[in-house]
Amino acid sequence: MRSRLLSTLAVLVVFVVLPRSGAFGQARELNLYNGRHYDTDEAIYREFTRRTGVRVNLIQGDADQLIERIRAEGATSPADVLITVDAGRLYRAQQLGLCQRVDSPVLHTRIPAHLRDPQGHWFGFTKRYRVIAYARARVPRSMLSTYEDLSSSRWKGRLLVRSSSHVYNQSLVGALLAWHGESFVARWARGVVANLGRPPQGGDLDQLRAVAAGEGDVALVNHYYYLRLLNSPHPVDRAVAQQVGLFFPNQEPEERGVHVNLSGACVTSTSRNRQAAVAFLEFLSSDFAQEVFARGNFEFPAVRGIANPMAAVAPATLREDTLNAAVYAANGGKALQLMVAAGWR
Amino acid sequence: MTAPGAGRGAGSGVWFSARQGLLPACGAALAVALSLPVLTVAATVLSPAHGEWVEFVRLVLPRYVQNTVWLLGGVGVGTLVVGVTAAWVVTAYRFPGRRLAQVVLLLPLAVPAYLVAYAYADLLQYSGPVQSALRAWLGLARGYPFPEIRSLGGAVFVLTFVLYPYVYLLTRAALLEQSPLTWEVSRTLGYGAWGTFLRVALPVARPGIAAGLGLVGMEVLADFGTVKYFELDTFATGVYLVWFSYGSVAGAARLAAWLVGFVLAVVAVERLSRGRRRYHRPPGPLREARPMHLSGVQAAVALVACLLPPAVGFGIPGTYLAWMAWVGGDPLWSRAFLELAGNTFALAAATAAVAVLLAAVLAYGVRLAPSPVMHLAARVVSLGYAVPGVVVAVGILVPFGWLANLLDPYLRRLGLSGAALTGSTFTLVYAYLVRFLAAALSTVEAGLSRIGPTLEGAARTLGHGPSSVLVRVHAPLMRGSVFTAALLVFVDALKELPATLVLRPLNFDTLAVRVYQLASDERLMQASTAGLCIVAVGLLPVLLLDRAVHRSRVEAPVEISGAHRAEVRLTPPVRFA
Repeated sequence: MRSRLLSTLAVLVVFVVLPRSGAFGQARELNLYNGRHYDTDEAIYREFTRRTGVRVNLIQGDADQLIERIRAEGATSPADVLITVDAGRLYRAQQLGLCQRVDSPVLHTRIPAHLRDPQGHWFGFTKRYRVIAYARARVPRSMLSTYEDLSSSRWKGRLLVRSSSHVYNQSLVGALLAWHGESFVARWARGVVANLGRPPQGGDLDQLRAVAAGEGDVALVNHYYYLRLLNSPHPVDRAVAQQVGLFFPNQEPEERGVHVNLSGACVTSTSRNRQAAVAFLEFLSSDFAQEVFARGNFEFPAVRGIANPMAAVAPATLREDTLNAAVYAANGGKALQLMVAAGWR
Repeated sequence: MTAPGAGRGAGSGVWFSARQGLLPACGAALAVALSLPVLTVAATVLSPAHGEWVEFVRLVLPRYVQNTVWLLGGVGVGTLVVGVTAAWVVTAYRFPGRRLAQVVLLLPLAVPAYLVAYAYADLLQYSGPVQSALRAWLGLARGYPFPEIRSLGGAVFVLTFVLYPYVYLLTRAALLEQSPLTWEVSRTLGYGAWGTFLRVALPVARPGIAAGLGLVGMEVLADFGTVKYFELDTFATGVYLVWFSYGSVAGAARLAAWLVGFVLAVVAVERLSRGRRRYHRPPGPLREARPMHLSGVQAAVALVACLLPPAVGFGIPGTYLAWMAWVGGDPLWSRAFLELAGNTFALAAATAAVAVLLAAVLAYGVRLAPSPVMHLAARVVSLGYAVPGVVVAVGILVPFGWLANLLDPYLRRLGLSGAALTGSTFTLVYAYLVRFLAAALSTVEAGLSRIGPTLEGAARTLGHGPSSVLVRVHAPLMRGSVFTAALLVFVDALKELPATLVLRPLNFDTLAVRVYQLASDERLMQASTAGLCIVAVGLLPVLLLDRAVHRSRVEAPVEISGAHRAEVRLTPPVRFA
């Protein structure tokens, strides 16, 4: 009797409660496969809907896995736009043929050349600098100079990094590969590993907290994590930020500038709403969206002339590495292998 | 002996002929349907191995093997000791707080392992509150000895105290379904309490213990959240890395194939060591054994021994999460959480109901119509439990995506689209079944295996057909196991993250997804709110779980007394197994 009851229940649940399929894709809707998870971005989607009448549907997840999903869905994919938090994933999506070319004069004028795919398959909308965090009490600023210098023995036992499996490190080392070549990077990675104050672990915030706690003196982090601590409602977080300084490396006139990663988007090749999708990308480069990005997560706007309220953290005349994102993104796999071979787990 | 069924009992093949055709067919169909994702991934092993990842895998493989073996061994031994000891203490002894201990011991089931990992890593790392306080009190400088939580030992610690309830639960169920008469006989023959435990109760409870350990082993192999957070390189993290840093499905599949190999080895060792022995409950009314009363120091030791594991696996991380949620919880929590909790609950409930049905069909099929096909089917559908959720997800996406493109024109006529196959709640339930059916199946099988064939024989002799036996004899005896199976799947589905993340429809989130969204952005404090909600939704089924196990002993004999009486007179018993 009981099993019959159970089966009735099951049938009910499966056929009555559940059928909520992802059958979207009508003209006045836009489906975002979104690797960015900032609640503050909601304001951008709402404003886009208000201005255009196009409804925005969201699925947030790991960009790599969203790419696999788009790939598997093939021609039936409901995805119109793929958003990621690093260039590496956009590059991969493009390599897999999942992004279509967009010839938008708006995007080509507003987004600087090194922050977009040379052929126009994808565009970066915010800049994320990978910088050196240091303990103010134990490291004089004058001691800091370049990424390359982190392998020097003066940092023995003082350097903290996160795991090599993270794409931010892969992109940074991918850029080093492009500038210096394989044998230099192999040597550099061994030097970095020899300097580590502890095995690589945790996220960028964990590196900042560890520097404040004294587990190490310098660490590699993305700049906005520091700004998040600085602006946190919690006194504990602000205390961490007080003890830590941010240094933008490779700023000397003969240097190439700080490594910049990007958060960007592409229009999927199977999009059924190309027009709305392009309009959405253009909207991401609008003053409105650029300001939300900067205020919400303290990223630097890709569009020139938009202010980051926290810009004072960077040097007034900031030099940034204009190596195209596609180049270091392509080097990611090689970079990972060199890091792992050097013992950078 | 003139019972009408006796003659037919000998030629059981005639008796079951219709069933023997139907059940194996069902079993085979289920096996194919539910192993499709795993097989899809396994099949890519056949594609040629080339690309950047080859050198990478050669570099890291020895470490993966080493870490995975140590992790499996460590957590296996840990959960065995903790789970079996706790089960024996709360079953065989009576002491103040015993009933409380029975319930509390299950609580870690309600907490996802990744949350416990977050909590302990945050608490125990160098910059965390514990070490900071120690440094402040003792005036320590960098370099003092303190165990590193982000390590193999840390992962063994966390997974042991999160996963021991599987062993505890199934061992306790096995002990409760044993006849206390045997324990009493053992004691009259001169064994003490621990002698009875080691020489009598434990060996008979073996299928239950093995089932629990099997689940633990597979959970360990499939775990990604904990090992990733602890920077421990295992096969699960390797599969992710090769898949997503090198974009190589073929490379990931090769590593995943190693995983499946591990599972098969574990299962095979257990089956071989069990040999041809079978473990059935002896006939006789079940009644509560007279537990040995403990008092004074002994009672205190027993209570502490039972409260320590749940304190580590639930109390400490739960309190820390609650504190984080209080201090800096999710700002959105009031708005969206009811919907998130509703989604989560509906998915988990649907999965649990379907899983129990399928498990019953398979387990009963193996028993009624044992054949190589049926046995293989039962083992094959269990593979998914040991495969990381994201591998299952991509294993689903590939064949479903193909099917979606094939069927899209027809689906569009129905107002649907191919996306109904690749990203819908239906897909999610399917993915959960692939992942978690093993939990239901092994629980139901363990329950079924303890019912001796003599009961069945007796009922048949008295003229009942197989379906009547199922309803009147097996169902009442199995009620506890079936309920346990449903609840295990329910809490597993509740906590599931990786497959949910990939396969859910647009604008559809669950509590675990919310945890991920915030935690992946290093907002642990805010993530704690959704984490606590998962725990809260999971507590109810866990409490029900305890009631189910607790009541199984009290109720069962009343309803089957007729069958028992019949069986006592039946000599010799007719054997079907």
